Amino acid sequence: MSIVLEQSEISRSLKRIAHEIIEHNHGLDSVVLLGIPTRGVTLAQRIGAFLASIDSPVPVGVLDITMYRDDLRLRPPRPLVPTQIPSVGIQGKDVVLVDDVLFSGRTIRAALDALGELGRPKTVQLAVLIDRGHRELPIRADYVGKNIPTNARETVRVQLLEVDGTDQVEVGNIEVGNIEVGI
Amino acid sequence: MRNNDFLLKNAVLADGVAVDVEVRSDRISRISPGITSELPNIDVKGNYLLPGLVDLHTHLREPGKENSETIATGSRAAVIGGYTAVSAMANTSPVADTAGVVEQVARLGKAAGLCDVYPIGAVTVGLKGDSLSEISAMAQSAARVRIFSDDGNCVSDPLLMRRALEYVKTFGGVIAQHAQEPKLTAGAQMNEGAVSSRLGLKGWPAVAEESIIARDILMAHYVQSRLHICHLTTKGGVELVRWAKSQGISVTAEVTPHHLLLTDDLAEGYDPIYKVNPPLRTQADVDALRTGLADGTIDIVATDHAPHPSEDKDCEWAAAAFGMVGLETALSVVVQSLIKTGLMSWPTLVNRMSTTPAKIAGYEDHYGIEIGSFANFIVVDPNAEWKVNRNQLHSRSNNTPFAEMVLPATVVHTFYRGVHVVRDGQLTGMKYE
Amino acid sequence: MHTRNLLSIKDLTRVEAFELLDTAHELSRITDGAIKKLPTLRGRTVVNLFFEDSTRTRLSFEAAAKRLSADVINFSAKGSSVSKGESLKDTAQTLEAMGAELIIIRHGASGSAQRLAESGWIKAHVVNAGDGTHEHPTQALLDAFTIRSHFPAHKTDFQGLRIGIVGDILHSRVARSDALLLTMLGAKVTLIAPPTLIPIGVESWPVNVSYSLDEEIPALDAVMMLRVQSERMDDAFFPTEREYSRDYGLTTERLRALKKSAIIMHPGPMNRGLEISAASADSEQSVILEQVANGVVVRMAVLYLLMGGAPIPTEGVLV
Repeated sequence: MSIVLEQSEISRSLKRIAHEIIEHNHGLDSVVLLGIPTRGVTLAQRIGAFLASIDSPVPVGVLDITMYRDDLRLRPPRPLVPTQIPSVGIQGKDVVLVDDVLFSGRTIRAALDALGELGRPKTVQLAVLIDRGHRELPIRADYVGKNIPTNARETVRVQLLEVDGTDQVEVGNIEVGNIEVGI
Repeated sequence: MRNNDFLLKNAVLADGVAVDVEVRSDRISRISPGITSELPNIDVKGNYLLPGLVDLHTHLREPGKENSETIATGSRAAVIGGYTAVSAMANTSPVADTAGVVEQVARLGKAAGLCDVYPIGAVTVGLKGDSLSEISAMAQSAARVRIFSDDGNCVSDPLLMRRALEYVKTFGGVIAQHAQEPKLTAGAQMNEGAVSSRLGLKGWPAVAEESIIARDILMAHYVQSRLHICHLTTKGGVELVRWAKSQGISVTAEVTPHHLLLTDDLAEGYDPIYKVNPPLRTQADVDALRTGLADGTIDIVATDHAPHPSEDKDCEWAAAAFGMVGLETALSVVVQSLIKTGLMSWPTLVNRMSTTPAKIAGYEDHYGIEIGSFANFIVVDPNAEWKVNRNQLHSRSNNTPFAEMVLPATVVHTFYRGVHVVRDGQLTGMKYE
Repeated sequence: MHTRNLLSIKDLTRVEAFELLDTAHELSRITDGAIKKLPTLRGRTVVNLFFEDSTRTRLSFEAAAKRLSADVINFSAKGSSVSKGESLKDTAQTLEAMGAELIIIRHGASGSAQRLAESGWIKAHVVNAGDGTHEHPTQALLDAFTIRSHFPAHKTDFQGLRIGIVGDILHSRVARSDALLLTMLGAKVTLIAPPTLIPIGVESWPVNVSYSLDEEIPALDAVMMLRVQSERMDDAFFPTEREYSRDYGLTTERLRALKKSAIIMHPGPMNRGLEISAASADSEQSVILEQVANGVVVRMAVLYLLMGGAPIPTEGVLV
């Protein structure tokens, strides 16, 4: 495992993403952040905090995509996390989905399906901390903390203080045991 | 038969005495140490020489259910397991309730030529429990039937049971009762107790067996006749028989090998291989049965060999047939349950599995290893072990609950009327003609 | 969950049971609103294999499977029951050949679900929807779900809850599953019935047994009334319906003895006037219809949790 992003770099990346969101949307009036569990939620909250300090607070919610995944046959079922849509809703909003790692694009495809059941946003944008390539679907991120070229057999592990007790991003080779990989 | 004469060298009797045994003209001609003879020698290398085992409870399924077993295939299983006499239960199709059927069974047994096949006659016509079958005709037939049983069904009607017990006194016969009170066991699937309560399988209370045993003991005493209790399975049943014997009542009882080793918790997986009538009971019952067999309260071991085709076991529990094959594993299971546990000696085992059953049934050709008697004996290696392989049984059916178990003692040789029918655990293809 | 089949409550650990209830809770939140259908099991085939009539249970499983977008095959095999033993094996193999990945089985023979799952006949997942007088685990789960929703203080532990199960325990698969599950979750369960309807061997169960409903009822937080089948009368389990109802029915008088916070449950279908009075069944304390509604989300959770893949292999390509 080698560390590719440290705490200060993570923080700088998220702050930059916050600026880009404001710039891209010409303000924050209709912006809603939806984090994708688990770490996307934490990242969405942090971006939300940056937005509040730079400009103004935005609604931050949670979009659980577990039941929309297409890989149930291949992986163990995951516990469901409550989806929390901010009270303003998503109808006509500029929804920014937030996730930790963008890999195959299938998580985002599932997120778009889940979102489609909840309403019709004006735009849907995507913010990720890491884009590691190897897309299997025509999906790209609007805001990227860092592009990290990897090969398909490597793992990218994002750890965040609130969830894992530390802030860092590691790249390593596939190991036996407990692996979490962005898809 | 002259070419079957031989000398068995280096045998050890159950009581530990080393002997050689000479067989001429189907019979034992000499028993003593150090015999020399011009006859072919068979060296049994210090293994046990025991009288051939005698089973009083064997379902051979012929006529009628030849897809489960035939008298020929059952005879093969018998001699592989060390039995030189089996008793064919009456619940065939047609039922063995006439002289014609029992004579046919006896004839088929002779034709198979591997062991003695003694037919058991039905007590009631068609095993239906309504009216007595022609017991005397079967007794006087060429098959000379002495044991009568409706096994599979209980002779539950007390009046009919009384009459049957009285009737067989004319020729010294015995009624072998399948003790199962039918109303208490309607639809029953397994022993009633903690396990059945959890599995939701309809319970088969011990009292359904014991109430019939108690009734029939009193009845046998009252009419001064002989009662034999088939497959005793409960601690309470052992106590009843013990009491009866203490009163001098003429009752004998049998226990099966599977009831000496297996318990009802095996039903937990709902595998019908463990479904049997009467059902497997608790460890307390097993312990009482072992003690009862060792102290003679229970007179004999009987296999209740009950072959069934695989489709009758490869299904849900309630749909499955009751029964287990047992001829090929009986000796080893008894050794495991009673000799390995130190409860019983080899001479007692011979008594329970050969001599006493022969005496209960009056099978005079199986009264033991004596000069002048038919050479019905087996050679057993008490120190060998073997793993039961369901696919290598000689019975036509393979519904054994002992599959994959490693059991002690192997039957090395079986001699039936001097014919070497099993050699080194394999059928020789020879038979008595 | 560590199990690939749900045959008995014993297949679940306490932690897994609560996880399953949590999952069902989330599913009920998701499907409460605009979303009626989730794509989770799209393209996967679930079979309802029913050897006994049970329209309610079948419809509940069918609704659960369809809300997860599974393809559902209903196979009613009533009539081909235990008299033709091989029909279970043959039928299951036929259904698997048609692509069934999960078989929901209702069968009159105790243990049939376990036989189906463990005999090597098929590879499909098996869910027990009631086997003879053995178990009905999804019913127990929906009962636990219902109880939990009324006692939020016991969300993660049923300790302190007293639950009475009243009636024909001997023949009830619901009672067996409920007793196992509710005690595992921490509740104190009392079986209340005449001795004729209590199984011999019940002392090996983790429950209390009482012959008096009147003595027990004031302390109960939930009372589960089991259906009494009148044919039991013929086997002398009780003399008359009237006598049964007088001693073990949830009559209007007993309703008054029940705590106001207590809930009334029944797995259905009810015999109004026999084991439960109309006033009790329709009272504000009755949650009988909620049980039905909760059945769907609980069964969705079961299907979802069972039909996941194995853990990621150490070799192989990640998606």
